[in-house]
This record gives sequence, structure tokens and C-alpha cells, in this order.
Amino acid sequence: MPVTEIKFYQTGTFTIGNRLLSEEERAGQSAANRANSLNCGHRACQGCGEALGARYAIDAAIRASKGQLIVANATGCLEVFSTPYPESSWQIAWMHSLFGNAAAVATGIAAAMKVKGRDDVRVLAQGGDGGTTDIGFACLSGMFERNDDVLYVCYDNEGYMNTGVQRSSATPPAARTATTPAMGSEPGNRFGQGKSIPLIAMAHQIPFVATASVANLRDLEDKIERATLMRGARYVHVHVPCPLGWGSEPSDTIKVARMAVESGLFPLFEAEYGALSAHTKIRRKVPVEEYLRLQKRFAHLFKPTTDVARVNHIQAIADRNIERFDLLN
Amino acid sequence: MLRQIEGSRAVAESVALCRPEVICAYPITPQTHIVEGLGEMVKSGQLKGCDFINVESEFAALSVAIGSSAAGARSYTATASQGLLYMAEAVYNASGLGLPIVMTIGNRAIGAPINIWNDHSDSMSMRDSGWLQLHAETNQEAADLHIQAFRLAEELSLPVMVCMDGFILTHAYERVDVPTQQQVDAYLPPFLPRQVLNPAAPLSIGAMVGPEAFMEVRYLDHCKQGQALELIPELNREFREIFGRDSGGLLRAYRAHDAETLVVALGSINGTIQETVDQLRAEGMKIGSVSLCSYRPFPVEALRKKLASAKEVVVVEKCVAVGVGGIVSMEVRNALTGLPITVSTVVAGLGGRTITRKSLRGVFHKAHVGQLPPLTFLDLNHDVVSRELDRQRDRRHSGPPAENILRDLRSPVCQ
Amino acid sequence: MQKPFATTLDPGSSLTNHTGTWRTERPVYVDRLPPCNNACAAGENIQGWLYYAEGGDYRRAWETLVAENPMPAIMGRICYHPCESSCNRGQLDTAVNIHAVERFLGDEAIRQGWAFKTPPSDGKNVLIIGSGPSGLSAAYHLRRLGHRVTICEAQPALGGMMRYAIPKYRLPRNILDAEIDRIVAMGVTIRLNTRIDDPVAEMKQSGFDAVYLAVGAQLAQRAYIPAGDAKRILDALSLLRAMEGPDPPQLGRRVLVYGGGNTALDAARTAKRLGATEAIVVYRRTRERMPAHDSEVREAEEEGVQFRWLSTIKKEEGGAFTVEKMQLDEKGFPQPTGEMETIDADSMVLALGQNVDLEFLAKIDGLGIEKGSVMVDQHMMTGSPGVFAGGDMVPSERSATTSIGHGKKAARNIDGWLRGRPYTPPARHPLASFEKLNTWYYSDAPKSVQPVLDEARRLSTFDEVAAGLDQSTALFEARRCLSCGNCFECDNCYGVCPDNAVIKLGAGNRFKFNYEYCKGCGLCAEECPCGAIEMIQEQA
Repeated sequence: MPVTEIKFYQTGTFTIGNRLLSEEERAGQSAANRANSLNCGHRACQGCGEALGARYAIDAAIRASKGQLIVANATGCLEVFSTPYPESSWQIAWMHSLFGNAAAVATGIAAAMKVKGRDDVRVLAQGGDGGTTDIGFACLSGMFERNDDVLYVCYDNEGYMNTGVQRSSATPPAARTATTPAMGSEPGNRFGQGKSIPLIAMAHQIPFVATASVANLRDLEDKIERATLMRGARYVHVHVPCPLGWGSEPSDTIKVARMAVESGLFPLFEAEYGALSAHTKIRRKVPVEEYLRLQKRFAHLFKPTTDVARVNHIQAIADRNIERFDLLN
Repeated sequence: MLRQIEGSRAVAESVALCRPEVICAYPITPQTHIVEGLGEMVKSGQLKGCDFINVESEFAALSVAIGSSAAGARSYTATASQGLLYMAEAVYNASGLGLPIVMTIGNRAIGAPINIWNDHSDSMSMRDSGWLQLHAETNQEAADLHIQAFRLAEELSLPVMVCMDGFILTHAYERVDVPTQQQVDAYLPPFLPRQVLNPAAPLSIGAMVGPEAFMEVRYLDHCKQGQALELIPELNREFREIFGRDSGGLLRAYRAHDAETLVVALGSINGTIQETVDQLRAEGMKIGSVSLCSYRPFPVEALRKKLASAKEVVVVEKCVAVGVGGIVSMEVRNALTGLPITVSTVVAGLGGRTITRKSLRGVFHKAHVGQLPPLTFLDLNHDVVSRELDRQRDRRHSGPPAENILRDLRSPVCQ
Repeated sequence: MQKPFATTLDPGSSLTNHTGTWRTERPVYVDRLPPCNNACAAGENIQGWLYYAEGGDYRRAWETLVAENPMPAIMGRICYHPCESSCNRGQLDTAVNIHAVERFLGDEAIRQGWAFKTPPSDGKNVLIIGSGPSGLSAAYHLRRLGHRVTICEAQPALGGMMRYAIPKYRLPRNILDAEIDRIVAMGVTIRLNTRIDDPVAEMKQSGFDAVYLAVGAQLAQRAYIPAGDAKRILDALSLLRAMEGPDPPQLGRRVLVYGGGNTALDAARTAKRLGATEAIVVYRRTRERMPAHDSEVREAEEEGVQFRWLSTIKKEEGGAFTVEKMQLDEKGFPQPTGEMETIDADSMVLALGQNVDLEFLAKIDGLGIEKGSVMVDQHMMTGSPGVFAGGDMVPSERSATTSIGHGKKAARNIDGWLRGRPYTPPARHPLASFEKLNTWYYSDAPKSVQPVLDEARRLSTFDEVAAGLDQSTALFEARRCLSCGNCFECDNCYGVCPDNAVIKLGAGNRFKFNYEYCKGCGLCAEECPCGAIEMIQEQA
């Protein structure tokens, strides 16, 4: 069930905290004693959406599990910027194995906890889109199929950012990356079939699937908190802008993420056992162009003149999402 | 208790006695009966306190074991050949992180061409990964080595591969003395990890280590293998005390004390070699053999001592470093640096080719009279090979070699 | 447990990495001037008192308000709220109903009997001439500064134009009395029915150290209109003043009101309440150009007041008033057309403007007068030392609010002058303009509308026309405030920093940046709803 929006009270529940609301009604991130599971001193770029998303998600999982949490992390930006010897910015029990096996490692940890009778300990696997949709896909699907007691969180910044901004199967059409340069007759990434892991997760009919965004913290916290306490395979897909890879301003990270949601390109929804169970309506719809213009990876769509056909094609994707997930009133 | 059981079953029962907590299984010939046996034992309740997980690939299998081991659970899996290669990344990861996983390798050839029969190319491909590698000569030893392996792994905090020849050992029915739970409990205490994932005492496991510390990490791994050289004989002694038999250890010599010719080999082939030695001894040849049980760590000192007084050493190995020659023999040669000993390589049994006493006699004889070339491929069909070489030289589009050879073998010309 | 070397790390070991060195610019918390505060002629800290009202702490809100303006119940009724015209919320949906919340707070204070603290009286002795908004405000602030204050008022009651020109239906007298009494209760000496002809002499005689002139502009502007019967013509100020007396004047059935300001409308609406069936406002220009406030015009229209635009009154004879039609020229000035017509009416009220009584000022040496107003410097002092002036007497926009502002400013300057330390007002913060806000975060919430008396009741009584907001709507309305440029502890910066580089200092204490780790990404500044964070360049 979606988060209850508290209206009025000045900023209602749109801001992270609100001195007019009781502590319980504020987002978890507003608490002075929040876990800060990903603490200062990490080497993420300025304005990194993934660093923010990871702290949001893991803090929420820590809250829900009362600190009884173990995390398995795939190779990628998050892992590299958080644990370069001799500094770790994690405050929690955490392990990194390989690029493609976070889901399997988490399965192993969950099995160990079960065998040892520690059913109070929850297990979370996390990775970027590369480690989830591409190289980690087999392990992820295996974990889903077995309904292992793991919550998998994917931070989707739409590319292999850690290795220098290369294309992944999550890279949106027309986006410029180092392996899909903005040149030739099809500049940027091709308009392919797309690969929606949330929908694939739904096809596995696992207990819980959700999409979330760093721009909607309440929604993200609510989904992670609920998911943490469920049993069986769960999947949350978080949209996190990468200023470096997307060519957006570091200060625009949340704005860009918000526009992705408000344009319909990144729909917020939930599903249980394969059926859609909730969605978050768009509050102030924007045309995709507003979202695209903020990012240099789409600059070639507007120079020297607007590539109307491609922009319209992207708009069509957004419109389809809006219809499919019933995102407008 | 003495039982006439399949080698795989013996291993499964021994592993079960070790009180594993997480077993992950992906099927590949010839290890299937081991994991099937364990799966049954878990499902029936015979093996309690254990989670048996059917995974979707070998990469997942070892990854699951990595997770469960890091979380403090005694973890086990088994694989062979293609599967071992598929999990190669995880193999290095497990040893790099120092996780005491025990894994059975049902030694099998690596393709292409696809081949399900026994040779040592699979475990050899992982010899530099940092895992300990023990080779079993018999089904009894295969079973026993698993019990020692858990102890060894957990003492050193290093994963261990127990290698047993596919089909020859895994699928053979032999008399095996399956230990009792008390014996195993007396030998193998509960798992006390060096590091563990515990919310109450958080750690970050698996950091990125740069140039400033990586060499030290690797050096420490190297040192650990040196510690294993001390520990393996100790564990072998302790095993003898509790179980009453000699299993494992670094190596085992057979009629070697006055031998002029010594044969070195890994695994089940030692049985055939010992019979051949007996034959030749009866004919007056001063010949003996050494069965290498611990391949990693490679027992340089112990082997040198055993081989020092020989004139010729023949290394019979079921693997080859394509383009170079023998693998084991290179390491044996290295151990004998400075000594006036001729070391010859006999590559035999690749892809499961039967190794006969007759063929072995032939090469041992040649070695004894100093006529064995440095590198021999035992029982090679030179005809077929030269036909294919000619074909490749004459025609650009010569076709797939394996299929050509199979066709030649069926044709009357090559019979 | 012995950790393996290098591959396993302790938690928190990243704190040694001070990523603050990465910055090229740094965030700083700023307080910007909200447009409402900027526009308020009384100098109220509107955002400041709305802040407390939002939380339901009406006492503290009222105390913050009265630190600048002692008469919120009155101003919430009669001020034309330029704050609302400049309210940034107006660009989102509609401006915050500031005056309604101010009125609620003022009424609540009266209901609860909240009083001003009685300050010490160890300062100097100051005379104030006039008890309108300017004089009362000066008295209040001078008392707060510890001075002894005497007000001399020519009329029988305090209040100035608030009592004698603003009708009851806009400002009920019990409210007026309550707020005036509260000021007096601080210890102000009052002398009613006292005209001072020679302020300087009075100063010397009675031992006053300074005097504040606040007599307003109470003389009606006259116009030359030949009239047969002078009884039919009276000025608006006299009419409205007479409403405070025992006998309300008889205006007859049909009344003309000549003029286009608020006073004209007050006169017309009063005429209707006195029983006139028709009250007709005659104005020489058009509705768009009339100085009266639009809200007043609307209310007058609702009450049936009629309007004759582009008309001037030439003469009166036997109840017939000659009206000349006017026409606007290219410059927008009305020009006579020569077309005349006659309107019969029982009386005409002149509402052509107000002038300062300059006669009694003639005796003050050095006092400068220009275009009918008393000249003062930036310290509100006239050319005569120790003689200060403010309100409608000096050049200014004439409103009660401006007068209250003058009273405060004069009090501070008088205090400075008496101490020998001239008062310098603090520098103003830069403006919190609309584009500095991140409006995504504000809840969608249209303005709440004050209930209004229905028409029939309006015309038959002098009951207050616009009712106030009740508690829940006042609270709702206060919470619509965007808190422009001033941190209201929404926790956004604290939550949105990817590097945990914002330290929460606890309720009421806001936040501070942890510059050891802040990478200068600017997310905090971007996502601050009220624009209270600025990014500034790091020094090389």
C-alpha cells in the first residue's frame, strides 16, 4: 500500500522532515540518530545519486530490521567508492565478492542465517544496473526462482559508470555513452527492446517488486522498510542519476530524478506475486524534453536542431508507461 | 563401518559426517552422485542442520558457498571440468578472501572437444588460484581427505579442493570404511571463523586493495600455503590416531628406498603404477613410485628428499601445458634443481584414455635405460595424427580436427 | 577474531578521508529578506511570526509580531496588506492570507488577555502630540526602550483616524479600545481634550526632552463649489467623526459623495447605513484610476453604492447638483467636456483629500514645510532639534501601516538622539525572490477565504463586515507560508547530502555544514525549498 501523503502542514510530506509533523510522520532520513550506514569520507563523485540512494535504502533496511542486517554488494561504483583500502565508509556488516554474484552470495548468507536459527537477521544484496541486469542476471533469476530470503536492491544509473560510462542493457535509447557515442546515423544508444528487470522480476512472481527513485524519499523508505520485513525473494529497483555519466549538474541530481518520474519515463509502482498492487501518480507532469535537456548525454538530440523524431519516440515510451501503470489522474 | 559403496556415496557420507551447514549443488558429470547423495540425506532428515540449495550454475554454487562461509556456516560444493572453469572468478575470490570452503573436484577433461571422462586438466587450471589441492588415490582416501580438508581449511582459513578421478573413483564400487560420527566429531571441531559477517560486530569484507598493499596480501597467501606444508602431515598423524589408518599427508612413497628409477603421479593412476612397479621389481628393476597427495602446497622439500637418490624420474601426468609440455613434471624438475636426475614427462590418460600396465612397463623400461624422450604422449595414434597434420598442411579448409580424426578412426585404413 | 590484512576493513575507517578538500565552492546558510517583510511599512517580521503561528504557538507568534507592531487586531482589519501583494506564494497559487492570520493573532491576544510587559521608566521624558497610529506606535516603542511617555490628544478619545475616520464596520471599537488600552497600560500618561499650540514651549515648560509630532492630516481638503445651502454640503472627515458622537448626522435619502479615495467609500457606505437609499460616488476619473483600494470598491459595490465616473461637481442650488462630464486626455488627465447635467440629492459629502494643520507648527523655529508636509531627515527629526515628526504629517504614503512604521522608527531615533548615539538601522539582507525557491516541496493548498457578512445584515448594522478566520483555518493559512529565505528546519539539506556533511543541531537550532567532508555538490542549495542556502566560491 502506498505511503500516506500528509497534506498541508506547509510542506506536508514532500520534504524530508517537517518540524510541524511528529517524528514518526517524518522520513527516516530526518532523524538525528539515523544510521548513516554509508558514512562520510567515501569517494563518490559530487552529487552522486547512488551514494544517496544507498544510504537511503540501507538506513531504511537497518531501521526495519532493528540493525540485524547483512549486505552483499556487487562490484561497481558503490563498492569501489565505499571500500578502497584502508577506508571503508560502511557502518554495517558488509561483503563484496564479485561483479555478477551478489544475489548468489546473499542467498548463501541467508542460508547460513537460517541454518543457525537467526531468522531475525535480514539479508540484502545490492548492485548497480550492470551487475544486476547484465552480468548478474543469471544469479538474480536463480535467486528469484528459488524464492530465497533476500531483498535485492538495484541502483540503476543506466550504465557501467565505474569503468568509464559504458552502455549496459539498462541504458536508455539515444543516450550517449563511451560505447554508444553520439555519432553516425543512430547517435547514442540504439532504440532496442529495453530490459525491465522489475517486469522480469514480476514474471518470477516473487513476493514483492517495486521501483523507487531518490527523488521520492518517502516512497523509497516505505518500500524498503516493508520489503525488509517480508520473507522470500524481493526486488527494489532504484533510479539514481549519475552526474558524471549523464552529464548533468551535481546539484541537479534530485531534480533530474524527479523529472524522470514526472515525465513518466521512470514509473513508480509495486507488485506482489506478479500482479501490480500499487503505483504513485505523477504530481506535475513534464514533457520528456525537459528531462532530456538537463543531461549532456542527450545533448545531440537538440543540436544543431531538435531531433523531433527521436524525442517523440522517447515521449512515446513515457506515454506508454503512463498508460500501462495508470500514472495520471 | 566397512561398506561396499560407490565412491561418490562414500564421499557424500563422509561430508555429511562433517556437519556441513550449507551445501550448494549444480550437476555436472561426474560429481552428480555426490551431491545427489547429500541432497537425499538432507531431505530425509539424516543430515540435520544443513541447507541444501539447488543453484542455477557453478558460478552461483561457489558464490553461495562464499556467502554462507563468510556468514560463518561450514560450506561445501562439488564440480568438475567446465563447471570449475565457469566458477573460475569465484575460485580466486574464495581464496583471496580466505574462506574455508571445501569443494570436491571429480577430475574430468576440459573441452573443446567436450569430453566427460577423467583427466586432471580441470584442477590443474586452478593450481595458481591459492586453493589447497589434495589428490585422492583411492575411494577410501577420497572419503577421508574430505574430513581432513574441513579441518585444514578452517585452521588456515583457506579453501580446499579434494580431487578424485572422475568415473574411476567416483563411480567405482569399492569397500570403504565409513567413519562414525564420534570419530569425525573428535577430529573436526565446530567452525570458528577468522572473520565473520555479524551485525553485532560489523566489518567490510572484500575491500579494493591497490598497489600499495596488494603484493603483501598475495605474499601472505603464499605464506599460508607454506603453513599448510606443516599442517598437512600433522593432520595426517592425528587422523591416523583417531581413525586408525594412513590417509592423506603430503606424499606417499612405494618401494622407493633403493630405487634408481622413480615414478611420480597424482591420483588413482598410482594403483596401476604400483602394480607395474611390483612386476618390474620382480624382474629385478630397481624401481619405485611416489604418490603426490598434496599438489598444493607443492611439497618441494619432502619430494626432493624422496627423489634425491634416483637416477631417473618419470612423471606420469593426466594433463598437459599445451605448447610447453608437462605441468607436474615442471614442478618436479624445479624441486630437483641441482641434482643429477633426468626427469621425463609422460602425458597419459587425457580425456579418459585407458592407461595399461603394458604401456607403463614400456615407458618405465625406456626410462630405466635412458631412452625415454623428455616428453611422451602415451599410446598416441601416430597414424591418425600425421594424417590430420598432412590434411591441415595441404588444404586451407581442412575442417574440424576432432571430427576428422573420428572419421579416420572408423575407416578401415587406420584400423 | 583476527581480520585478514587489507581485504577486510573496520567500519568508519573512511572518516580519515576528508573529502572537503575536493570543493571548489561551499554552501553557506543565509537568511534572506522575505518579500512580505520587505513590503511591510510597519517593518513587521511577518515570516518570523508566521513561523510560530504554524506550530500553533500563538503566544510566541503574537510576541514576535508586537515586537514591531503593537496593534495586530487593528491592522489585520484595516491594513491594505502590501505584504500579500508581494507574497511569493502568489506566484504559486494565491498569496498567504497574512492579514487574516495577523487579525486572528490580535483577536486571540485580546481573548486571552495577553498583556505587554511593563518596562522600566528610567529613561528620558518624551512628549507625543497625537494619538493616531503613529503616536501610539511611538509611545509603545519609547516605553519599551525605557522612556517616560506622555500623549496629548485633542479629541476626547485616543485613536486618531482609527476612531474618527474608519467606520465601525471596518474596525469595531471594542477591538480598537482593547489594543489602545494595552499600550496605555504599559505606563503612558494620557491627556485627552488637550490641544498643544506651542510644542517647543510645552517641552520646556513640562520638562520633556523630546517631542514627537503625530497630528496627522486631519483637515479636509476644500473645493470651491458655490452652494446655495451650505447645510447640504459637509466633508467626509466631519461626517465620520460625528459617527463617534451621540447624534449621527441626517444625510437624507439620496447622498452624493465627491471623491475617489477610501474615505469617499467609507462615507458612501456609512451613508447607506444611516438610511440613504442611494449613495452615489462622483469621481472625476475612472475606476481604474481611483486611489481607493479595490477590495473597498468591491465591498461598496456589493452594498449597492453607485458610481458616477468622469464627473465633477460644479455647483449646488436647492438640492440640485450640477455635474460636468469629464474626458481623459492622452496623458490620462481628466479634461472638462462642457456637458452638464443635474442630479438631485439631499446632501453631498466632500472626500477630496486631507491636509496637515500647519498653523500650530508656525511657532516652531527651523521646521521645514514643503507642499503641505513637514520635512524630516533620515532620523525622523525636523529642522528643530528634539522635534520629531511622522505619519500623515510628513511626506509618505498615507496609511495607518506607514504611520505605525514611522512611530517605531521615530521612537528608535528619539532614543538614539537622547543617548547621544544616533540610531542606524541594521543592514537589510538580500531579497528572497521567487526564483530562489524550490517550490516542488510546498503542498498544494489554495488560500482560505474569510467568511463575509451577508448583504442584508451588512446594510442594517455597523457590525463588522469581514469575519475572522477560526483557529483551524488560521493555522492552515499560516502553514501556507513558504518561509522565503529563512530556514524552517525541513531537514532537506540534512537528508539530501550524499556525503552526510550536514549536522543537525536540534529543534530550533537549524543546521551547520561539516566542511571536512562537504564536496560542494550544491544539492542542498538546490533542494532547499525556501532558498536559505547559497553556494559561494572557495578562496584559492
